[in-house]
Amino acid sequence: MFFQFGNVLVFVLLAAGLVGLMTGLSWLLRPHNPEPGKMSTYECGEPPTGGAWINFNIRFYLVALVFVIFDVEVAFIAPVAVVYREWVERGAGLWAFGEIAMFLVILFVGLIYVWAKGDLEWVKRVTSSDEDTQQMREAA
Amino acid sequence: MLQEFIDSLIADGLFGGLPRDVAYLIGMLAAGALVVFGFVLNVAGITTFVERRVWARIQSRVGPNRVGPQGVLQWLADGLKLLMKEEAIPFAADARLFKLAPFIVTIGFITAFVAMPFSSALIVADLNLGILYITSMTSLVVVGIMVAGWASNNKWSLIGGIRAAAQIVSYEIPAALSIFTVILITGTLSMQSIIQQQSWLPWDWFIFHNPFTFIGFFVTFVALLAEGNRTPFDLPEAESELVAGFVTEYSGARYLFFFLVEWGNLYVISAILVTLFLGGWQVPMIPVITDSAFGLNLLQALTFVGKSYFGVILIMWIRATLPRIRVDQLMTTCWKYLLPISFANFMGTALWVLIWPDGFLPAELLMTALGFGLVGYFFYRVAYHLRRSGAQITLSPLS
Repeated sequence: MFFQFGNVLVFVLLAAGLVGLMTGLSWLLRPHNPEPGKMSTYECGEPPTGGAWINFNIRFYLVALVFVIFDVEVAFIAPVAVVYREWVERGAGLWAFGEIAMFLVILFVGLIYVWAKGDLEWVKRVTSSDEDTQQMREAA
Repeated sequence: MLQEFIDSLIADGLFGGLPRDVAYLIGMLAAGALVVFGFVLNVAGITTFVERRVWARIQSRVGPNRVGPQGVLQWLADGLKLLMKEEAIPFAADARLFKLAPFIVTIGFITAFVAMPFSSALIVADLNLGILYITSMTSLVVVGIMVAGWASNNKWSLIGGIRAAAQIVSYEIPAALSIFTVILITGTLSMQSIIQQQSWLPWDWFIFHNPFTFIGFFVTFVALLAEGNRTPFDLPEAESELVAGFVTEYSGARYLFFFLVEWGNLYVISAILVTLFLGGWQVPMIPVITDSAFGLNLLQALTFVGKSYFGVILIMWIRATLPRIRVDQLMTTCWKYLLPISFANFMGTALWVLIWPDGFLPAELLMTALGFGLVGYFFYRVAYHLRRSGAQITLSPLS
């Protein structure tokens, strides 16, 4: 076990060393003539307006939230999937199958809930609360 | 196995009176350097060249053919060129994170090769976590991509970075669920044990094990394509929309590593698919060649790398053929199609294993016939259309 995961550590060191070595080599080989125009942020040749550390679409955040839930569940499925064959061979397969089925049904109901709530739609629909806000805006 | 090999070297007295741990460390470093410099870098580099030639043939062009015979040294020239290019780190960027991102990406890519089998004996370490380890390590790449997108302080990079994050994390769920359908059958995560439970006969491959794994293969393929940011899922670096996505501000040696990882990942994707579904390194026993351990392992390694490279060329073909999909289509494909399908596959396979724990041969034979029939029908249609259009096409890549 120590040997096997020692290899992972060795590969991490090798990869980091590779990047360090190549960037170091490139630092020795390449020219270095910075000037303000060259070092400005690229925005299709125009001078950039403002920075890029700004608010972005909330959809990305929602996707990340849904992902976290499902990924934790998938992480729980992993050990069950590994021992499932063993349980079948022991004659307890139906029991294991029932448990997996129950777990996945709960997970799937979660997916249906997110789906029905419209959180899987990338282009957001106008909901009733949005209409209210719009009406309020128009009234104001 | 590497550990036994180093043990035998110690027994032969090669390491003199060195302590066992030091000998192990030297052995690991040597083996790691051999895999990284002897295989990983070369396969990633050669893939960039092969891809350009394959596209060129598909698009009726010639492609790079000047550096070396038929241009085979093009990738070395490209690498050297990138190393000697001036590097511009924008003043507005977060320089520390900007420099850190290539490290994370490269570590996530190269560490996957620890558990990557080449033949029955050629594997750095047959981790008991195997496939789980590889999927988790390759998803480290997304962290590097996000860091790169954020640190550049460039709007194109930021959009590319968060798109990459959303895309890769979404597609990880169908990919993981489809990979677990195979784990249900094997009952182990170790890459070598998964291959050992298959054989060189196609109907022993897990793709043809039952209808659910057959669909699972395609779900895994699509999901892994999306995780590798390949067309039709290359939204994070969509040239026509985002300039170059998260690599917009990168140049020189640091750009080289993003390049390397993207093309090297093609091999990783195919190797995962070959291991899980397509029989890995299993070869028929040919008495003359496979009598010696060397011949056996050579044949197995050639089979494995050959099958994987066939997958790489398939991915190139897809990239040259299909247009890029939209962001909303990307999310719909994942959450509304692939995810329910992979749920159904998982339950279906669980049921199949419950009824036939050791596989059901008639179904396997039927699936194999169906699979090969589909491929045959495809080529029949291609030939039919070529005949009908009267096109003069030579299929040799060297012409």
